Amino acid sequence: MDMPQPNAAILSRKARIIERLREVLPADAVVDDPNETRAYECDALTAYRCPPLAAVLPRSTAEVSAVLKICHDEGVPVVPRGSGTSLAGGALPTADSVILGVARMNAVLETDYDNRFIRVQSGRTNLSVTGAVETDGFFYAPDPSSQLACAIAGNIAMNSGGAHCLKYGVTTNNLLGVTMVQMDGTVVEIGGPWMDPAGLDLLGVICGSEGQLGVVTEATLRILPKPEGARPVLMGFDSNEVAGACVSDIIKAGVLPVAIEFMDRPCIEATEAFAKAGYPMCEALLIVEVEGSPAEIDEQLGLIKQIAGRHNPVELREAADEDQAKRIWLGRKSAFGAMGQINDYMCLDGTIPVSSLPHVLRRIGEMSKEFGLDVANVFHAGDGNMHPLILFDANKPGDLEKCEAFGAEILKLCVEVGGCLTGEHGVGIEKRDLMTVQYAPADLEAQLRVKDVFDPKWLLNPAKVFPLHVTQSRRAA
Amino acid sequence: MTRMKAAMRPADEDELAEVIRVATTHFSVQGGGTRGLEGVAAGAVLETGGIAGITLYEPGALTLVARAGTPLAEIETALAAEGQRLPFEVPDFRAMLGRQGESTIGGVMAANASGPRRVQAGAARDSLIGVRFVDGRGDVIRNGGRVMKNVTGYDLVKLMAGSRGSLGILTEVSMKVLPAPEAQATLSLAGLDDARAVAAMSAALGSPFEVSGAAHWPGRGTFLRIEGFTASVAYRAERLAALLAGFGRAERIEGAGPWPEIRDAAPFAGRAGDVWRLSVKPSDAPGLIARAGAEAHLMDWGGGLVWILTAPGADLRTRLGGFSGHATRVRATDPADGIPALHPEPPAVAALTAGLKNRFDPRGLFNPAHAGAF
Repeated sequence: MDMPQPNAAILSRKARIIERLREVLPADAVVDDPNETRAYECDALTAYRCPPLAAVLPRSTAEVSAVLKICHDEGVPVVPRGSGTSLAGGALPTADSVILGVARMNAVLETDYDNRFIRVQSGRTNLSVTGAVETDGFFYAPDPSSQLACAIAGNIAMNSGGAHCLKYGVTTNNLLGVTMVQMDGTVVEIGGPWMDPAGLDLLGVICGSEGQLGVVTEATLRILPKPEGARPVLMGFDSNEVAGACVSDIIKAGVLPVAIEFMDRPCIEATEAFAKAGYPMCEALLIVEVEGSPAEIDEQLGLIKQIAGRHNPVELREAADEDQAKRIWLGRKSAFGAMGQINDYMCLDGTIPVSSLPHVLRRIGEMSKEFGLDVANVFHAGDGNMHPLILFDANKPGDLEKCEAFGAEILKLCVEVGGCLTGEHGVGIEKRDLMTVQYAPADLEAQLRVKDVFDPKWLLNPAKVFPLHVTQSRRAA
Repeated sequence: MTRMKAAMRPADEDELAEVIRVATTHFSVQGGGTRGLEGVAAGAVLETGGIAGITLYEPGALTLVARAGTPLAEIETALAAEGQRLPFEVPDFRAMLGRQGESTIGGVMAANASGPRRVQAGAARDSLIGVRFVDGRGDVIRNGGRVMKNVTGYDLVKLMAGSRGSLGILTEVSMKVLPAPEAQATLSLAGLDDARAVAAMSAALGSPFEVSGAAHWPGRGTFLRIEGFTASVAYRAERLAALLAGFGRAERIEGAGPWPEIRDAAPFAGRAGDVWRLSVKPSDAPGLIARAGAEAHLMDWGGGLVWILTAPGADLRTRLGGFSGHATRVRATDPADGIPALHPEPPAVAALTAGLKNRFDPRGLFNPAHAGAF
């Protein structure tokens, strides 16, 4: 994975750039000591690191605008950063870039239950948005697994999902408006607490643009009333094919569970050894959760169990109480930690049509043997968003490269069966060079033209999302 | 600008791309011509109806892919055969707009046309997961795909939804569909004024009973819809009626209820005057209605969507003064009266709109991106 060579002219002007930034920000909001900029050298994709020229930590939209104006003027690339939890390297700096961290902007600006929205500063963490409204019976639906730490800014940049998307959608379906600062410092308001756009759906293209179109400083988010209750059922099957067919039958039957999670045998074994959730040892396991009143839950789970029964489950376990529900979720929620106990791992994020599930899992198994690396599968089956975890040893020379090559083959397979490279983590630098697998040159060019409009000088997070050779002429201009 | 009498109707995507590549004239792009805005389209009519057919339907994956010119009716029939439906309850504005023709799925998406269920299931744009389109250069562009979670590159799918044929011509759309419910029930509250109606709808939409429609039709009632499995609908209808007891006794209506008429803005069909759509914060709606000097009105989306009938040529935006949200004139008695159909955008937003229009359609062949800006 290559990053562009830092611009020597910018590096030589560091002192002047820092001085200008200090003129518009409080002293503690500009970080340029190399010992401190190191804190911003990577995000959750820790394999790649590079300290930035400086990091700035503004507290308001006006400060963000002032910073961007200076960077625009100086021609300095800016890498926006939420909480730095990106698994795709979305917040990886270059040596000549300024990290613009929004973490200090974490206030709730407005809560409106009558109109069912909350307006927050974008540095607020995902879980604390729900935290601000849950005692009043509301919640914010997108729930990425990093929700304790990840910021709304990053959620918007990556159009984050979570386990409950089948029913509630992803970030773009729950975002009503943003205050955004463009690279030249212009502040724009897009959308608001109403339900459709006045003209073009600019909000729709801003969401998921990986910090390349502007810096979102405030967001208006849809909040939903909490369901009366929820209950999971766990089902074990003796093949991936059968579990996949069961998922499809549940969906066809007209039940819309809030979550359908899938784990394969390697994943079950690893999580069982780690979390001891009491999972059955079988080839494939589904956790299906439904919501509603106790009677509604009974009705839906009754139907789901009836469907599962037709697929000869080796285990069918319904949570009788809160404690049992927690145990059913325990293994699933510990899956990543469990894999981390075994070795280093790389988490992929391709999405496939649900119907291709058995084929894709079989091919991943075959490739695992070819590459000599173990892989465990845990994913959101209802929407086909896979999370294969490839195990490797970071201390073993060549293992990371082998793992990356294996990962690339899996993602190519996802595209081949009609899916995509990334369902919720984003492209960042991780999948950047695979974009040509999914998109033809004209498809990519159309996306680059959008960036041309929002950021004509290509200064915002410029080395991400698109292969460097594709953006070379624009970045150099 | 030359005006052509007969509509152009390419037979497939390649032919359409060729037409665009060599074009020297403006086009008025349309699917079935059933819902375009007055005054927005001008030039030779270019129809997508020849580029038709469902290309993929997997009920078990809740996914349907169709060419843009596919009649909406064909898609609805195919879905119904599997007990599924489009989530966003497509409105049919033909009677209200005085149009003929058959809606196409591409036209539905280009208009982001969404009915009462928008409050629960999202808009058309939320169901749209993939597109193919021909841009103003005649290039075929693909974005998104057929899977419902996809963050690979920029989301041009959303940008195309509701773009009214201004950036490119849709040739294929992929959609997330949903199971059709086993049962539905509607609760009706009588005698509420606008403010009380919005309060009742807010209480209902803020409850856990999954209300899939919340509308106020003055003189007819305030309506709340619940859908799902039979027993669940009965339970939720009862709980919701109890929750709303302070607003009067809720009467339960079986069957389709008033929703098709609310969806289609039917109260304004055949009535003279201009028809406006306000997209606002629901609690602002009653005050805006009072200022609008409306001859008739209707609230949907819990008050977030307000339909207003005014005397011809009255500029509702001027009458309302500054407000939070926007107003679109969907039916103009005289489209040439100088009132823009779409709400004028603030300069910074208008600059982005113009920039995108210019990049996707550099020769300005298609419908203007924003009637206020072009």
